[in-house]
Amino acid sequence: MTARIGVVLFPGSNCEHDAVEAVEKLGGQAEILWHGDRSASGVDAIILPGGFAHGDYLRPGAIARFSPIMTAVEAFARDGGPVVGICNGFQVLTEAHLLPGALQKNRGLTFLCQTVEIEVASDQSVLTSGISPGTRLRVPINHFEGNYTCDQRTLDELVGEGRVVLRYVDNPNGSVGDIAGISNPAGNVVGLMPHPERAVDPLLGSEDGAVLLRALLSVAEAVVVPADAGTTTANS
Amino acid sequence: MQGHIHRALGLTDDEADSIESLLGRPPNHLELAMYAVMWSEHCSYKSSRVHLKRLPTEGERVLVGPGENAGVVDAGDGLAVALRIESHNHPSAIEPYQGAATGVGGILRDIFTMGARPIALMDPLRFGDPADPRSRWIATGVISGISGYGNSVGVPTVGGEIVFDECYGDNPLVNVLCCGVLPKDRLVLGRASGEGNLAVLLGSTTGRDGIGGVSVLASAGFSDDADTEAAKRPNVQVGDPYEEKRLIEACLQLLDESLVVGIQDLGGAGLTCATSETASRGGVGMDVNVAAVPRREPGMEPWEVMTSESQERMLAIVTPGSLPRAMEVCERWEVRAAVVGRVTGGGRLRILDGWDGPVLADVPASTLHEDAPVYERPIRVPADLAVRRADGASRLPDPAPREAADHVLGMLSDPAWVYRQYDHQLFLNTVVAPGGDAALLRLAGPGVPPGPCPKAIALSTDGNSRWCALDPRLGTALVVAESALNVACVGAVPIALVNCLNFGNPEHPETMWQLSEAIDGMAEACRALAIPVIGGNVSLYNESRGRDIDPTPVVATLGLVDHLRGRPPGAQLVAGNTIVVVGPPDGDTSLSGSKWAKEIHGHTGGTLPAIDYPAHQRLLTLVADLVGEGAVEGVHDVSDGGLALALAEMAVSGGAGFTVDAPVGYSIFAEGPSRVLLSVVSDRVPALVARAQQVELRAEVLGQAGGRDMVIAGRLELGLEDATRAWRGALPRALALTGQ
Repeated sequence: MTARIGVVLFPGSNCEHDAVEAVEKLGGQAEILWHGDRSASGVDAIILPGGFAHGDYLRPGAIARFSPIMTAVEAFARDGGPVVGICNGFQVLTEAHLLPGALQKNRGLTFLCQTVEIEVASDQSVLTSGISPGTRLRVPINHFEGNYTCDQRTLDELVGEGRVVLRYVDNPNGSVGDIAGISNPAGNVVGLMPHPERAVDPLLGSEDGAVLLRALLSVAEAVVVPADAGTTTANS
Repeated sequence: MQGHIHRALGLTDDEADSIESLLGRPPNHLELAMYAVMWSEHCSYKSSRVHLKRLPTEGERVLVGPGENAGVVDAGDGLAVALRIESHNHPSAIEPYQGAATGVGGILRDIFTMGARPIALMDPLRFGDPADPRSRWIATGVISGISGYGNSVGVPTVGGEIVFDECYGDNPLVNVLCCGVLPKDRLVLGRASGEGNLAVLLGSTTGRDGIGGVSVLASAGFSDDADTEAAKRPNVQVGDPYEEKRLIEACLQLLDESLVVGIQDLGGAGLTCATSETASRGGVGMDVNVAAVPRREPGMEPWEVMTSESQERMLAIVTPGSLPRAMEVCERWEVRAAVVGRVTGGGRLRILDGWDGPVLADVPASTLHEDAPVYERPIRVPADLAVRRADGASRLPDPAPREAADHVLGMLSDPAWVYRQYDHQLFLNTVVAPGGDAALLRLAGPGVPPGPCPKAIALSTDGNSRWCALDPRLGTALVVAESALNVACVGAVPIALVNCLNFGNPEHPETMWQLSEAIDGMAEACRALAIPVIGGNVSLYNESRGRDIDPTPVVATLGLVDHLRGRPPGAQLVAGNTIVVVGPPDGDTSLSGSKWAKEIHGHTGGTLPAIDYPAHQRLLTLVADLVGEGAVEGVHDVSDGGLALALAEMAVSGGAGFTVDAPVGYSIFAEGPSRVLLSVVSDRVPALVARAQQVELRAEVLGQAGGRDMVIAGRLELGLEDATRAWRGALPRALALTGQ
């Protein structure tokens, strides 16, 4: 069955078109989830796309985490549904405490838009399932606040539990442990700074992002999420 | 008393008299303020209009030419492309970050006003000598502002230029281009129609920021008094990209649902401009209730509300029947919307305090928009021109190979430090990213109806103040030719051009001579190459401390690829390839006006190389065809720095050195309009040579690509690693940045 991927649209998101296009190019079915809705029912996986949700004037993701849709995202994730936050989506997931740590300003204190090499560090996540650890991929980054940080204990846990899912080969932003992407303990919630949806067509320079998104689509097709997952109570 | 007021608002005594005779009575203060902003140089083009008429503006593909918010061309298959370029020079000189940021915001609104979704930005930038800390402050601030606003608002910045020259010291040139795409049948124009229709102000609240920006800032030069300049800072607006992002989405949805009959952005001269222009273009009048305008702060006077340049605002003309749904759309996007005006018959623009309140101003709308004075300012050839032209660069000493290597190292510069700070990939359209000869974008993604579209567009922005200072007419023609060649290098055919004419003080007759000559040169080249001019912007009073900038007309050329088959090869050498230079058999070149003469020797005299338009046209076609067919593995036009720099740039991009013969008859640093370097698989060379010959061009084999050295026999010897290091480090080093 075709995987149905919900792409959350906050005001200020700007990568939602790209996420939808990439999912559909790879054979999935995408639909926009509006930030003001409280339900995410009927989707097999959720992508929180890149952009500047609510302007990100306070701190990236700090306001978006209070959007009504986030209660649905949290419920969906709790029920084991695959949730992937890309760039701003990763920042939202850390602000929502669905993932540990935080994203601070890049080491060089400038925005960085460039293609980087990343390495799959664990296959125990919905985004890397079935991909051999050590696989190297060329995928663009596009962020000012992508420098992942956390306390030592969290870092030890992430590393020890195989929850560092992607690492930079040549760290562009100062992230601790060269971390480009992490997962929650169950592996169903993943945040990453690189943009796999920008690398799904050789015309644009790389198809390597498709490797990750295909893995997500396979998982989404297979996972049986309870029909009422992602629905919270009482929004008339 | 009145005299002091009009002068303080930037109007001359004669202009104040004209206003009085148009109205048949003395204007009140509010009316005077409205005329002052609308008749400013920035809004009225009063010094340049007589010259601009000489530009060719028509062509088969032109749907909308100059005079509207943006030019629009037919891209075929039901698609249209909107293009507009503007300057934000003066605001950026005063407050670099916000000046540049609001320049981006303003140009975006011009594009979605036409019904187009903005899909790409470009920023041609010019700053003073980076050795001057103030220039570095301006440059880094401007780049941060473009990055901060453009990335957040969600429109990719796909290219531009960065040029340093001491003439831009206190007066940087911050030009910004925006390109949008729309289904051809959705084209909308900024005009009001239908008596009883409503004018709805969308977006931000109106504050005291930017009051008189067009008259006080953009239409006057800078003094050398730091306090005076610092005091102008409140005339610079502050940008809010999040507001703009929501405004874009809301306006495009309003247009998708056919809820507006006309729409206009609020830029320079704010509400006065938007209301008078929409009414004037539509041949109607408008009542504006100034009390209904949502305000940012209490106590604002009506004239402040009417001339404020607060950003992120649009004026939509809506039928009363569509109003409820239009308000719903705005609410969904959290965009503020207030009915502030009513379309009336009779052509008067009336400003009211409350719908039934007192009339504060009452003027014929068209007089603000169309009756601005037109000046035929005096023109004078600069006194030193003949002397400068007689001083050719051929007298400069020919460098030895090691010396030439130092010259190449000194001129190589990779712009990556700049464009890495811009999101240049959003919307999945960017096939050729910044750093190439031109940007190349697929026509897909948002704004384009679903379904496969094989088309692509190319964009290149170009300017050359060295050439234009020496010969504004030929220099500008050469700039047009180079811009067209840049789009050909990514496989596209040039179909339209917009210009941003950055000049000094129009009250100096020499400046007006430069402007007039530049326009003639542009007209000549555009006619000869069949490229219509679909829009433009004139920025005058670019001067500080009494010195005008060198004339800097910037052009942006739009190219079209009907069927994109793959990625163009890029400006690179591929090891093992043969290197070929293609051009007219007797193409002219010159060291005069070259980058080498100026940067290495500080020499700026002589005469520029001539251009053979028919040969240039044949070269454009040949190059675009070769790229489209995938017949070459590397392609780069020979421009700044001549053959030596073009080869060096291709070498560092491709990671391959070269060994070539010295060209016969010209210097390795000489510049000329119609030459392209190709990196070609060796067994394809004979066919290429024959093919060039068929169209009366010459393809000359220079040598081979490969190895770790860059050698032009007897002229240049340089290591590839040294060149690569110099190329990468030049910009961060110039801007005194470390660790980048």
